[in-house]
Amino acid sequence: MKLLTTNFVKCAVKACDSSADSFPLKYEDVQLVQEEQDFNPEFIANMLERLDWAALLKVAADLGNTSLPSHKPDDVDPTLTENEPLLRDLHSLLLETQITEGKMVCGNCQHVYHIKNSIPNFLLPPHLA
Amino acid sequence: MSRPEEIAPAEIFYNDSESQKYTTSTRVQHIQAKMTFRALELLNLEDFPHYILDVGCGSGLSGEILTEEGHFWTGLDIAPSMLATGLDREVEGDLFLSDIGNGIPFRAGTFDAAISISAIQWLCNADQSGIDPKKRLLRFFNSLFASLKRGGKFCAQFYPLNDLQTENILGAAKIAGFSGGCVLDDPESKKNKKYYLVLTAGRSERNI
Ligand SMILES: [Zn+2]
Repeated sequence: MKLLTTNFVKCAVKACDSSADSFPLKYEDVQLVQEEQDFNPEFIANMLERLDWAALLKVAADLGNTSLPSHKPDDVDPTLTENEPLLRDLHSLLLETQITEGKMVCGNCQHVYHIKNSIPNFLLPPHLA
Repeated sequence: MSRPEEIAPAEIFYNDSESQKYTTSTRVQHIQAKMTFRALELLNLEDFPHYILDVGCGSGLSGEILTEEGHFWTGLDIAPSMLATGLDREVEGDLFLSDIGNGIPFRAGTFDAAISISAIQWLCNADQSGIDPKKRLLRFFNSLFASLKRGGKFCAQFYPLNDLQTENILGAAKIAGFSGGCVLDDPESKKNKKYYLVLTAGRSERNI
């Protein structure tokens, strides 16, 4: 699972829909790999607009990365070469950094979702479904 | 031939050998590709790379087409062996083991669009006691609606068992706030007839 996805995935339990604690999930015992991906500056710039920066900082910190700027860079035009270093950094972080194993914990219901072999398991036990 | 929906739940029907058979059959690949291109045509997306949800992504056959078309995607499926086949094929999208009847676990406004090929009719099944298809359909459409950006579209090819299933699916979608309807391709052909649900989250920009 790409790091990008952590900025969007939330607890699947219906009762957690309205809770601010069901996103982002808390990441524990995580194994990461870097996997090379084609660089698409336009896509990164698009996604940057909809990123929840506070959530990204929180998840990055869970994973041991505290080097991100504290505020989201805004109005990043992907056609300008001056923006390329920033977009490449984000590309490497969001698309090339992948979680292969680990746990995601909901801050509201405390349900633990496991990531195994890069696949997060979002199947719910009957009492939560 | 009996419908797979009548034999067993999806996660049991698509075991390792069925997943392999499904994914490597050139007939299946051809039909799947054709339906994915048709779904993309019905979505009518602008050119820039989109972030797309693939509902019932299976082994990533439609996802590979989304990648070829320059999009990024995340897929959900309930059958572990389908997802394992997708991993083996090194598809680009993230794969989630998930039961769409329990909801789409993504925050509001995540996706530009969503597609689904041959999956949502499974939601109409009640193969275990205590399963309420109506409730599952509503949970699916409500959470899908939330996960799409406003005005985002969902196109789903599906195999309804009968008109009532189509009505139930469309009814749940409308309650969730979607606008749109059903497109029927090759209506005269019993074999090639295909149903596509074409929905917009929020106001509809054109009539279907
Ligand atoms: Zn929760």
